[in-house]
Amino acid sequence: MRQEIRIAGFGGQGIILSAVITGKAAAIYEGKEATVMENYGPEARGGACSGTIVIDDTKVDYPYCTHADIMAIMSKASYTRFRPDLKEGGVLLIEEDLVDLDKDDNALVYKIPATRFAEELGNKIVTNIIMLGFMIGVTEFVSYESMKSAILGTVKARFRELNDKAYNRGFEYGQLAKR
Amino acid sequence: MTAVITGTHFLTGNDAAAEGAISAGCRFFAGYPITPSTEIAERVSRRFPQIGGSYIQMEDEIASMCAILGASWAGVKSMTATSGPGYSLMLENIGLGVMMETPTVVVNVQRGSPSTGIPTSVGQSDVMQARWGSHGDYEVIAISPNCPQECYDFLIKAFNFSEQYRVPVTVLMDECVSHMSEKVVIPKEEEIKLFNRKKPKDKPEKHLPFKPDKDMIPPMAAAGEGYKIHVTGLTHDYKGYPVMSAECHEPLVRRLCDKIRNNVKKITLIEEYKTDDADVLVIAFGAVSRSAMTAVKIARERGEKVGLLRLITIWPFPDHVIQAYAQKVKGFVVAEINYGQVLYEVQRCARTDNVVAHVPLTGGRLHSPEEILDGIKEAGK
Repeated sequence: MRQEIRIAGFGGQGIILSAVITGKAAAIYEGKEATVMENYGPEARGGACSGTIVIDDTKVDYPYCTHADIMAIMSKASYTRFRPDLKEGGVLLIEEDLVDLDKDDNALVYKIPATRFAEELGNKIVTNIIMLGFMIGVTEFVSYESMKSAILGTVKARFRELNDKAYNRGFEYGQLAKR
Repeated sequence: MTAVITGTHFLTGNDAAAEGAISAGCRFFAGYPITPSTEIAERVSRRFPQIGGSYIQMEDEIASMCAILGASWAGVKSMTATSGPGYSLMLENIGLGVMMETPTVVVNVQRGSPSTGIPTSVGQSDVMQARWGSHGDYEVIAISPNCPQECYDFLIKAFNFSEQYRVPVTVLMDECVSHMSEKVVIPKEEEIKLFNRKKPKDKPEKHLPFKPDKDMIPPMAAAGEGYKIHVTGLTHDYKGYPVMSAECHEPLVRRLCDKIRNNVKKITLIEEYKTDDADVLVIAFGAVSRSAMTAVKIARERGEKVGLLRLITIWPFPDHVIQAYAQKVKGFVVAEINYGQVLYEVQRCARTDNVVAHVPLTGGRLHSPEEILDGIKEAGK
């Protein structure tokens, strides 16, 4: 079954990398088909940035995300831009310090202070990995192990421990949030 | 680091194209990085030093094209990667490559055009340029992948075609495919089928470098192998020396064209989906073929007899395939990210009573399946 996921924020948050890691988790470690598309402006930092992942059991045809089943949003601007594309009944995950929800937003929302958690771990650079952990903790659209393997198989060896901690921090927070 | 990185990877189309070139045995790249092809140059510049290849960032695309022709005559498989604006500059020397019968590969990752256009977004408007962009009568080969796995596979095919037919081959990619990440399986080195240019078997003193074999293709010696080599863009005889006569020009130009034209069926690569009983046939290539596939599946669910013909080989145009379908189907739908290019080829091959619906986009985005469904409706009327 086709599943669409969008991860969005601003340049520098590791948005594209987290989309690629998610694709890898599904395609390499989960044995499904996955297509990752990236979208960003000419700016290296700060501009709007989004990555989409389409997961399917057979080869993905149309490669773009039209109505996301899952959306992880890490900036106010991307919330405004992409929220209308969340599927009815879809799951919305937000970086709670960076996104103010509209008062009438009736989506199923899960919130996490991912940037603060990353700072507590000593490096803001793992904010995206905390978000990935949170996403899997809540939705488990790929297994805990598949995502972990994709993360550790992607990051440089000297950052593995930090990323492992970040992933688990997000995952556990997601598991708690689900209850 | 081994040249062929056997295994299952998750790569962008650009990264996969670079690996395909490496697996094909390419060891020389001269280029001028340009969005959306830049990552090919980046990856090659990192990878080539590990495997004994040479990467040169040139002053422009004109020089890049010259350098890869020269490298090929030194006996090395060579390539460059660019986008529309750079491809325009390369075309004069692509013609030189045709005249000198030089195997080489040019990747053109198409973006929204004309001119510098919309650099970071998709386009497919260099189709006719790839065929007619250089001056004179000539034939070239152009193939178009629609996913990263094919970016890998088709770079190998492109090198094989260029080596077999001694002609520059263009890989017509598009931004959508180049920046898309998917699973790419790279086989074991011994499972990769490579075609290497024919070498002369005669003695150096008797060798005529442009005397063709029965297949119309002359064997090719590299500079430094002991054979006398003279290559020129001027009309030349079997020795490779300029001869300014119609008697020499006519058979040469005919042969340059016919060595491709007479092998159209061997060069044609297509993908067909539900075409057997189709009343309407959607024709698309590159990224658009993926929207077209979704559209055709939706139409089939509705019970409509619609099929998809994906062109992989764009040039030489597979006239025989379209002509055969023209006898069977009511209408064609041509979906492409340009304002009418493959359309004209299809119209040329269609019967007068075939409806040929066109779904053009001028660049910047990919068709939605719904837009192609509108074309299907029109062609089915």
